[in-house]
Amino acid sequence: MDYSPLWISMKVALTATGVTFILGLLAARFVLSLNRMRLFADGIFSLPMVLPPTVVGFFLLLLFGKNSAVGQFFMRMGINVLFTWQGAAIAAAVVSFPIMYRTSLGAFEQVDKNLIYAARTLGMSEGTLFFKVLLPASLPGIAAATILAFARALGEFGATIMLAGNIPGRTQTMSVAVYTAMQSGNRVLAYRWVAMIMTISFLTIVLMNYWLSLQNRACMREGGNGF
Amino acid sequence: MSLYVDIEKRCGDFLLRVRFETENEMFAILGASGCGKSLTLKCIAGIEKPDTGVINLNGEVLFDAAKKINVPTRKRNIGYLFQDYALFPHMTVFQNIMCGAKDKDKTREYIERFFLKGKERLYPAQLSGGQKQRVALARMLAQNPRFVMLDEPFSALDNYLKTQLEREVMNVMESFENGGIFVSHDRNEVYRLTDRIAVMEHGSIVDIQSKHGIFDAPKTLAATLLTGCKNITRLERRKTGYFALDWGIPLSGVDAAGAPDTVFCYAGVRAHFLEPVCAYEREVENVIACEILRVIEDTFSFIVLFTNRAVEMKTGYAVMTYELPKEEWQKIKDKPLYLRVPADKLILMEK
Repeated sequence: MDYSPLWISMKVALTATGVTFILGLLAARFVLSLNRMRLFADGIFSLPMVLPPTVVGFFLLLLFGKNSAVGQFFMRMGINVLFTWQGAAIAAAVVSFPIMYRTSLGAFEQVDKNLIYAARTLGMSEGTLFFKVLLPASLPGIAAATILAFARALGEFGATIMLAGNIPGRTQTMSVAVYTAMQSGNRVLAYRWVAMIMTISFLTIVLMNYWLSLQNRACMREGGNGF
Repeated sequence: MSLYVDIEKRCGDFLLRVRFETENEMFAILGASGCGKSLTLKCIAGIEKPDTGVINLNGEVLFDAAKKINVPTRKRNIGYLFQDYALFPHMTVFQNIMCGAKDKDKTREYIERFFLKGKERLYPAQLSGGQKQRVALARMLAQNPRFVMLDEPFSALDNYLKTQLEREVMNVMESFENGGIFVSHDRNEVYRLTDRIAVMEHGSIVDIQSKHGIFDAPKTLAATLLTGCKNITRLERRKTGYFALDWGIPLSGVDAAGAPDTVFCYAGVRAHFLEPVCAYEREVENVIACEILRVIEDTFSFIVLFTNRAVEMKTGYAVMTYELPKEEWQKIKDKPLYLRVPADKLILMEK
């Protein structure tokens, strides 16, 4: 069995999660600071979640194509996005971005407002506040957001196949491999990839739960020896 | 430090409109929950922005709507003790205090001063209520605030802990020279901890006086209720003098109390100021013949709930409260009860 779809998938999903992690947090923090334009910005950032992945892929093709300014810019930089694993990573990042953004925005909003106010009265700047208070206090939510984004990036199919194609050994990810195997009537191979994807997804969730329980034990231990 | 506040803020249907000035003192705002006490503090801290007005600390303008000045919270350097202490749950005691002190040696100094030695590495969730409060106080004072504000710090505690923490806060505040504001709905806390009290109702301050003034002669119904007066009646001005509608007796001694043209709308008397009188004295002024409804035994006293039985119960008079030491109740409990409202103990309110 050729394991290249596994490595490509991991490479694509990890890169996409990294990009999405930073952009999603930045977007969530940005939206948190908005008042009037909030609904509008939220709509824009959430759009890739509600659009069919093929539509996202279509737009990405337009954006990174040879005729667009962005596409030409990347060409001049010597980076080819179309039909490469980088293209797959971009597609996965765009599709998983709203999940990262929305879940971490929810986590930020759950943080006790008084903690934020207290930090400000203690003279913290907004930047320090973000890294020292907001981010750590919403850590479980952000961890969940990252895992969900990773899972979504790992399973991405529609936009990936439009932007990166289905080239074995280069851009064929696991979910695309399942599709290809079924198309060519190779059920055994399809089963194998399905089993692989399920195992990875399950392990991811279990690891996250384990890590969160460690966090809770370190921070939330009740007790103390009275007054 | 002197603080001058004159602000207005609208939040939906609620209108906050406060004006007060404090000198170098502990100043209290007493009010029921939802009256705008916390919102006032948040405006002073810069957490909320008033619609109009001025906030001035020691001559420095913190907020001025007309001049478009609004100093950000972090630059105001005003200490704020939150009701739930708002300790950072992911930081240890040391790290929490460090947020205020910004210096390791100073943090150590405050840890010692607040008896937190040995607890540096614990997280807030591992501390008792008292320790949490000390960490919060240490964190607040370690930043050398120009002014402090305490927002109902004891309201979530049980009685035993409350007394202890109150004394600690009292000690800390006595050694803190810059003055501050203490906010509470508890008249006793406010009375013990501060010198001057503002009573707040529905977003505005209805009375500001020294604590003795406000408990002896509150000027408004809200202030009277908040200072814990249990017997209050509406007054009606008749040809012969004032009549207490809810007590069912003519009330003498009211006319003499105010300037000739003042009209009082309410009168009140505290439950322990009522005086029992003998049956043959009942023609004396301001005496209520009591129909006892219920006698409650409290820790150190008896509380007698009664209404006026002398007049036919047409409209139903208010249920009144009489509180007296246990042994005194034992002496009079078998006789018919007549209570006199002493004119000099009456609280009279124009609104």
